[in-house]
Amino acid sequence: MSGTLLDVDDLRVTFPTRTGLIQAVRGVTFSLGRERLGIVGESGSGKSQTGRAIMGLTPPQALVSAKKLALDGADLLAMPARQRRALRGKRIAMILQDPKYSLDPVMSIGRQIVETLRTHEKVSKAEARERALAMLEAVQIRDPSRVFDLHPHEVSGGMGQRAMIAMMLIAGPEMMIADEPTSALDVTVQLDVLGILDRLVSERGMGLIFISHDLRLVASFCDRVIVMYAGKVVEQLKASELRDAQHPYTRGLLNCMPRIGYERHPLPVLDRKPEWAA
Amino acid sequence: MSAVENEGAAGRGSARAVAVASFIGRFLVIAITTYLGLLAVTFFIGRVIPIDPVLAVLGDRAPLNVVERTRREMGLDLPLIQQFYLYVKAALNGDFGTSVLTTNPVMTDIRRAFPATIELATLGTLIGSFIGVPLGVLAAVKRGSLIDQIVRIIGLIGYSVPIFWIGLLGLVLFYAKLQWVAFPGRLDIVYEYTFTPITGFYLLDALWQRQWDVFWDAFRHIILPAGLLGYFSLAYISRMTRSFMLNELSQEYIVAARAKGLSETRIIWGHALRNAAVPMVTVIALSYAGLLEGSVLTETVFSWPGIGLYITNSLQNADMNAVLGGTIVIGSVFIGINLLSDLLYKVLDPRTKTG
Amino acid sequence: MTASDVRPLSRRDWLLSDRPASRMQARLGRAYVAWRRFSANRLAFLGLLIIIALLVVAAFADVLAPYSPTIGDLKNARLLAPSAAHWFGTDDLGRDIYSRILFGSRWTLYVVILVAIIAAPIGLLVGTVAGYAGGWTDAILMRITDIFLAFPKLILALAFVAALGPGIENAVLAIAITSWPPYARIARAETMTVRNSDYIKAVQLMGASPFRIVLRHIMPLCISSLIIRVTLDMAGIILTAAGLGFLGLGAQPPLPEWGTMIASGRRFVLDQWWVAGAPGFAILIVSLGFNLLGDGLRDALDPRSGDQ
Repeated sequence: MSGTLLDVDDLRVTFPTRTGLIQAVRGVTFSLGRERLGIVGESGSGKSQTGRAIMGLTPPQALVSAKKLALDGADLLAMPARQRRALRGKRIAMILQDPKYSLDPVMSIGRQIVETLRTHEKVSKAEARERALAMLEAVQIRDPSRVFDLHPHEVSGGMGQRAMIAMMLIAGPEMMIADEPTSALDVTVQLDVLGILDRLVSERGMGLIFISHDLRLVASFCDRVIVMYAGKVVEQLKASELRDAQHPYTRGLLNCMPRIGYERHPLPVLDRKPEWAA
Repeated sequence: MSAVENEGAAGRGSARAVAVASFIGRFLVIAITTYLGLLAVTFFIGRVIPIDPVLAVLGDRAPLNVVERTRREMGLDLPLIQQFYLYVKAALNGDFGTSVLTTNPVMTDIRRAFPATIELATLGTLIGSFIGVPLGVLAAVKRGSLIDQIVRIIGLIGYSVPIFWIGLLGLVLFYAKLQWVAFPGRLDIVYEYTFTPITGFYLLDALWQRQWDVFWDAFRHIILPAGLLGYFSLAYISRMTRSFMLNELSQEYIVAARAKGLSETRIIWGHALRNAAVPMVTVIALSYAGLLEGSVLTETVFSWPGIGLYITNSLQNADMNAVLGGTIVIGSVFIGINLLSDLLYKVLDPRTKTG
Repeated sequence: MTASDVRPLSRRDWLLSDRPASRMQARLGRAYVAWRRFSANRLAFLGLLIIIALLVVAAFADVLAPYSPTIGDLKNARLLAPSAAHWFGTDDLGRDIYSRILFGSRWTLYVVILVAIIAAPIGLLVGTVAGYAGGWTDAILMRITDIFLAFPKLILALAFVAALGPGIENAVLAIAITSWPPYARIARAETMTVRNSDYIKAVQLMGASPFRIVLRHIMPLCISSLIIRVTLDMAGIILTAAGLGFLGLGAQPPLPEWGTMIASGRRFVLDQWWVAGAPGFAILIVSLGFNLLGDGLRDALDPRSGDQ
């Protein structure tokens, strides 16, 4: 871990609704080095909104505040919008859940990858194409020049997600947020995609925030784990020490995981206590 | 598309061929039944509703021998189903009988009037699309803003105002008071004799022959009716564009495009609008068809010598052959545009190409 | 829970209760929520006011109109400009245009109501039968519906009236014949969603005939979406009827129908613009009223379609 890449202190995301303010993220604090950090929680725990707030992709009506939200020392919230936009894709990238919806359906995969590159670097069309093909090869697509011209609906989910990774990594970001990157994929290809992500992140020495509801996946894939509940961080610990988690909510999540060779009757029910959210 | 063929495996290729064939088959069934339906309705109107179809065609002052001859020519002594068969056959040959008013075959009259209607509707749709699409996009992007309200009001008035009435008021203001535009018809009388059209689209013909004074005159005649039609098509197109754009802008690929660092301009015009463009084609086609249909009203107001005016003039003179001939022609074009827009939707949307 | 048991419920709380004690309460509660959503929409409320005004004017035209709608003062009052005596001026036969417009509201209502009560039941019948029967019945009925849907309505209505002869009844008939297909589509879609539901199964088991099931159990469910659609179509019906009137095919003079009034004012429009101007403005206002009301109803009763 060589220094801090991302510093988050007391991050809050609030949505105004007709019935009042709803706090989706309520004072989240953590920092990220060149490591793999997992954020776990059930749906509605604010983990995705945390990721989007870091990217600056919260919907316009939402209010984002923090004591500190800095990338490599640069204050993200104080930055003009144009400057922050230039960071997206270039220094921080994000992978979304389902390539079926997160790739533009009417644009060829190759053009979508080239688009990221040409937004951030002045390169010729021919060079952009070369680099996009190389990137497709890096995500282990066997026939890059064919896939380059395909549209998203013409490829499988696994290949779509690889194309998504290629699209987000081509401009060489230092940090990546992966929001449930494998949840929409078949189990058999999940591991392939994770393997590719893993290799690229370590080869390039990137920082990764891995957002997932799957505690076991996060535990096996990440260095550190943050557990979120109702917009708050309830526990932060090393992945290797997960078994010794203290917080009852984390313990509950662990207990819910099926294990081979054990009778599970009755099925455990996740405990949710209001005081954890307080 | 080469990429799709590259997809390659033989099994997949033949499945695709079957899908395409069944799509074409379904399309043909729809097209044929729709056209037959149109002919059945006009047949019903022309031959079944009137107590004596011959009198409906000739008027009640026709001499008796002409009535008898026409009765035989129309095959009215035959059974209804056979009459319908002959009717369809004649219609497919473009034979709609003779106009009592002009004494020409109806098809000849229609062929002469057709370009005027098409020129007007096309210009109207062009105006509507070039203004309506950007307006709709802006309204969606700046939702709830002043421009959104304006688009909403434009749409509401467009859906509520009688086109012939606003046409009359337009004439009062721009022709009588301000004298900005010319009226009536397509050209001033002077040019009617010196100008020989080639295609029948006067604006293009004048451009082609470099007759600038004719072009200017034709423009002064067409701009008010075309502008009005443009307003109606704009009202519809901008409202639909807004709705499609709102839908696209809420999709995940827009979030991904932002995460790539693209500018809002690029996201809106390069991604969201490109996706919205697929259903927009249908909307623009429908609006075009709507303007053709509305030609009976606009052309009457502006004395524009197209099919619409032809139909209303024939109506006033109880010239049923001409009325039904015009109805079939406008109906056919209308149905054709409807069918084509469905087809185009399938072709334009890459998602439906394999499937 | 306990607190609300003790405190007497206000009427609002009673209506908005999560746990209605009776079907009546649930129904009233839903209507209340829909009404609140509707009345919060100012434009929709304006639409409702316009339509109420139309009804009032139509009902009391005799009392409200200062002059006769059909008999004018040919000697002294031809083509007068708007003034205190004649708010909207007079026409070529010396009739007061304001009075004619007030009476014209009756014909507008006559047309929209008659078209609605002819076209909506046809659509409802075709749609529910197609949706409930399925199979070939469905295929054939829907093909016919789609064929009619692909026709140019105005031109077809025109041809119909041309054959039937001009007149307001024939205009109504022609418009009704061309406007039922969307209602059939809607009714069929609604029928398809309930056709396989358990309660329809239950009624079938109890031995109800298909006729009875369609009539008593399916048709009532289609009514609310049909009403919305009909309201949204009202403006189109008014415009088509006015268009037919303008072409001389609808109501015949001297009936004070608005489209016909525009047609007869057309000859003087360049000099006496108000003769054609006033009735067109009346059409605009009433169509706008129906459009606003229809939009508001759709948003209030069908929250899914919120922004579209």
